[in-house]
Amino acid sequence: MLELIIFSTLNGLLYGMLLFLLASGLTLIFSMMGVLNFAHASFYMLGAYFGYQISRYVGYWPGLLLAPLLVGVIGALVERFGLRTVHKHGHVAELLFTFGLAFIIEELVQMIWGKVPVDYRIPEALNFSAFTLFTTTYPAFRMFMLLMSVAVFIGLLLLLTRTRVGLIIRAALTHPNMVGALGHNVPLVFMMVFGVGCALAALAGVIAGPALVTQPSMAASLGPILFVVVVVGGLGSLPGAFIASLLIGLVQTFAVALNVSVADVLAPLGVTLTRDSFGGDLWMATVAQVAPIIPYLLLVLVLIFRPKGLMGDRDT
Amino acid sequence: MSAGSGGRWHYAQWVVAALAVAVLPYVFTSGASITMMSLMGFAIIFALSYNMLLGQAGMLSFGHAVYYGLGGFMTAHALNVIGAEKLPIPLPVLPLVGGLAGLSFALIFGWVSTKRSGTAFAMISLGIGELVAACSLILRGFFGGEGGISTSRTSTLRLFGISFGPQIQVYYLIAVWCLLCVAAMYAFTRTPLGRMCNAVRDNPERAEFVGYSTQMVRFIAFCVSGFFAGVAGGLAAIHYEIVTSSVVGAVPSGFVLLMAYIGGIAFFIGPIIGAVLMTALQISLSDYTGAWLLYIGLMFIFVVMYAPWGLAGLLLMHQPLLAAGTFRRVLPAYALALLPVLMLAAGVVLLVETCHHLLVKASEGPAMRVLWIDYQANSPLAWAGILMLLAAGIFAVRRVAPRVAEAFHAAAQEALRRRAEP
Repeated sequence: MLELIIFSTLNGLLYGMLLFLLASGLTLIFSMMGVLNFAHASFYMLGAYFGYQISRYVGYWPGLLLAPLLVGVIGALVERFGLRTVHKHGHVAELLFTFGLAFIIEELVQMIWGKVPVDYRIPEALNFSAFTLFTTTYPAFRMFMLLMSVAVFIGLLLLLTRTRVGLIIRAALTHPNMVGALGHNVPLVFMMVFGVGCALAALAGVIAGPALVTQPSMAASLGPILFVVVVVGGLGSLPGAFIASLLIGLVQTFAVALNVSVADVLAPLGVTLTRDSFGGDLWMATVAQVAPIIPYLLLVLVLIFRPKGLMGDRDT
Repeated sequence: MSAGSGGRWHYAQWVVAALAVAVLPYVFTSGASITMMSLMGFAIIFALSYNMLLGQAGMLSFGHAVYYGLGGFMTAHALNVIGAEKLPIPLPVLPLVGGLAGLSFALIFGWVSTKRSGTAFAMISLGIGELVAACSLILRGFFGGEGGISTSRTSTLRLFGISFGPQIQVYYLIAVWCLLCVAAMYAFTRTPLGRMCNAVRDNPERAEFVGYSTQMVRFIAFCVSGFFAGVAGGLAAIHYEIVTSSVVGAVPSGFVLLMAYIGGIAFFIGPIIGAVLMTALQISLSDYTGAWLLYIGLMFIFVVMYAPWGLAGLLLMHQPLLAAGTFRRVLPAYALALLPVLMLAAGVVLLVETCHHLLVKASEGPAMRVLWIDYQANSPLAWAGILMLLAAGIFAVRRVAPRVAEAFHAAAQEALRRRAEP
């Protein structure tokens, strides 16, 4: 049991930190431009595929730097030539633009790399087990993933709170006109933030690609969870996104490990439920089976009881 | 539009539409085209029900297929029960079951999601869509697991000896339901509630001040929309005789958004155009190219960026010009723009097809044929030609676009002037 708890906590933290790598960029972009980037998870997928392609020629490590850079540039171009054109039609048009973009990116990825998962391997240098606890070994690559995401988190925190650039970004979040009047190029700041947000997503892709599966559906399966994180945390709140990321990461990891159903819980109480009783499938489904719907249930509950999200300060 | 003559013309439009729907199977007699028209029938209902949210009440939903799909499942289950118990219920009323199912689920989910509007509403609809899609894999009894729920439409009570076995009979069933639903949804836009939906979309704050609860208006619109989506789902279940869990997923939810938006959400006719066009493309284009979804995505992006009123908007903006007789003045500019636009389109198609051939169909060798041109997909000359065509197309379109806009503007001004002085 202790073994299960420790490993689930580690994996949950890892998954949560990865979610935060994505959610942080999404939240920053949302706070600045008021647009939820539907294609954010697609940039994560692009990062994984670019990393895979680079790793085939020069190995894993250059990809860790190059893939996020490339995706960051693509993101900046999308902002400059796509979103800025659509901006005059309003937020719904912006959201729809990113929706179309996600659609196109998925089609392109399927066209270029095929519909089946690609063989994105863990680098040789990290292909060993970091430690063994009780009977289970923990892969070193997972430790690397955890450390990388924590490092990026700290870096981002320092950048936003301790540097001049961070000062301008935070000012542009709330008072873009004033920042512009002080002589800063606000559209450029927007473009850079969009690019950096996409690059962070791509970095998450390069980190997660080898450990999870790199396939064309990875964006569509992660995207909705990402929105759950952002809405549960409170739209536009970075600390909220952090807490929600960890919460959802831990909840999902623990849920997957639990092989208990309602019928099992009620059995000692003398209630026997089988597949044939009313709503049979519902009682027989184990927690592990319902794990995919837990984030969405959380979303609905949060919206009923605390519509602003955990840390949000504004209604949208 | 004045009430007298305009009103009569209004009814005439509906009669013409009904006649057209009745005559169409005699014009396009092949089985494939009758199937396609049946698909268009429920796609139109679905797209219009979606537009009730997005176009009328300003709610961007990413999970509308939930009500369509659940309506379909309920209809399929109802059909199976009726078949097994020999209940005296004829097939034509069964889409009502789908509609009521859509309505009931819209009552439940709508209560949660219409509390918010804008981006938050979009996210909630996405979450609910994912919730139901994930549930469809758990609740195997209701959703039928991988295989789905299959049913038979011929085992119901027969009226007037109609078995609904042949596709043509199903077509007429769908056509009648389609006409009824379109008329009902059009009538809804003319009710005070329909008008309040527009007010809530455009200025929620003022709508509140007038004394309406914006949440309640959104909720009612959501429920009505769910009902019609359910009817569409029920018709789809009757048409296919099988419902699988993929119909509640993200793909149909996204597709209905594409249909409504490409057609044009600001006009009642927009989603109808979108549904007809997209269904036709879905069936015919997929025969020609494996990259058809990419074209649809590109078309969507184009509409979002340059034609936010959709295809209906592009068509209907010429109406005042036609009425005032100044349409002829834009024709020279359009003729001038034709070649650049064709060049650009051909460039995009050649680029996509060549890439698709090289990447997906690599095993078939480099020889290929697109737009009646035979060439080698990997020859540098072909690539140079494609890129040149694309670059020239972009350059020419950028050059000619301001002239077209200018000509259109001048013609529109002239039309306005002529209208002012009778």
